[in-house]
Amino acid sequence: MLARRIIPCLDVHDGKVTRGVQFGRAENGELRCVGDPVELAVRYNEQGADEMVFFDITASAHGRQSMLEVIERAADQCFMPLTVGGGIRTLEDMGQMLRAGADKVSINSSAVTDPDLIRSGAEKYGSQCIVVSIDTKRTAPGKWEVFTAGGRKPTGLQALDWAVRVCKLGAGEIVLNSIDADGTKAGFDLDITRQIADAVGVPVVASGGAGTLDHLAEVLLEGHADAVLAASIFHFGTYTVQQAKEYLRAQGIPVRL
Amino acid sequence: MIALLDYDSGNIRSVEKALLKVGAAVRRVRTAEGMVGASGVVLPGVGAFDDCMNALHRQELTEGVCQWIAERRPFLGICVGYQALFERSDEFNSCARGLGIFKGPVIRFQSPPEGPQLKIPQIGWNQIEIDQPDCPLYRGISNKSWFYFVHSFHPQPADSSVIATRTEYGGQFASSVWRDTVFATQFHPEKSQENGLKLLRNFVEIAEAHTAALPPQII
Repeated sequence: MLARRIIPCLDVHDGKVTRGVQFGRAENGELRCVGDPVELAVRYNEQGADEMVFFDITASAHGRQSMLEVIERAADQCFMPLTVGGGIRTLEDMGQMLRAGADKVSINSSAVTDPDLIRSGAEKYGSQCIVVSIDTKRTAPGKWEVFTAGGRKPTGLQALDWAVRVCKLGAGEIVLNSIDADGTKAGFDLDITRQIADAVGVPVVASGGAGTLDHLAEVLLEGHADAVLAASIFHFGTYTVQQAKEYLRAQGIPVRL
Repeated sequence: MIALLDYDSGNIRSVEKALLKVGAAVRRVRTAEGMVGASGVVLPGVGAFDDCMNALHRQELTEGVCQWIAERRPFLGICVGYQALFERSDEFNSCARGLGIFKGPVIRFQSPPEGPQLKIPQIGWNQIEIDQPDCPLYRGISNKSWFYFVHSFHPQPADSSVIATRTEYGGQFASSVWRDTVFATQFHPEKSQENGLKLLRNFVEIAEAHTAALPPQII
């Protein structure tokens, strides 16, 4: 039986892993540095993480080059699935990351600007490696709008409609980030996660808001997510990946232990 | 030495690193001539079936691979490199012919008529049920071990006796096959942590033992 995945997320800024709250801004000093990305990846690999996401939060040309080095170093030491996101704008950017050792590439703002990038990426590299990451914020009761540029720019798109559309274009997985919940440790946005997970035929990864192990169980059971992404609870040593999985197994959720 | 067939497949670097990690000498090979002197051949693969087949044809690797296998020498196909060993694929608009080493098509997962819809692609860790306990690729790997999968299609062998392992995803499918010196897996050993490295180490040992047993003129 396919296991639900626990995925530590490493936000990388200038070659270091950082952590902010509600999409905090690096330039405003709102991020805490939590360590070297490859060291953290090795630690999570040993703890039995199912996958690792590296997210370039600077998303600049300089950032992409240092990210390539991070992926290569991580892939040399961790024989596990790696996903990379942030600042990927072209087919060539995707190819570079995949050749460096990433298994999937995650696109967000560039998918909104150029939805055809999803289709051409899926055609060239296969749907299974094209992840569309959606940042959303509840703007009115029952309304979730898609934001881009690290949560700065409203798009006018509704999250559910956009999720359905990116799947039609060839996305093989969706990562759903709640801007409201990001870094608050107050729990995932179960409502929009479930709506999207039920509406699309590809796996949905829930992100943003994990604070307790019960939050992870909740979004897998009630939010119908196929996987959970978490940063703070693992980076700050609140829980290990192993502890999270043991807890989920006790709740009857299939995990790899 | 293991010859790693290089046709610009996305996972080549990961497969290479994993083989090096288990102590193999690895040579990236873009032509059939490059396979000369190797003890085993690995065909990696990720992405689309047609892209893989077209690249193999373009680099004139198909004949080399078929000959290698006909000579009963150790071969490992991974993911699309597994699918390539079959006859054809149902993948959208596919018109490329597979290598036909094994009979049967490559088909897409189907959501069962009842219950929640099956998420396609299958992405993540799933367990293997070992059908052939004497398969040397699984030496020291226990039944129900976890491996990493990421795929929408899988081969459907016409001859079920070649199935080495089965995996459950909306029904059972052949997650790996074995016949003689040919091994192939739908999952990615290079991404399956300890279990995957163990499997690759087994393949390298199979290849080395095979070469050691050959009369010198063939090497």
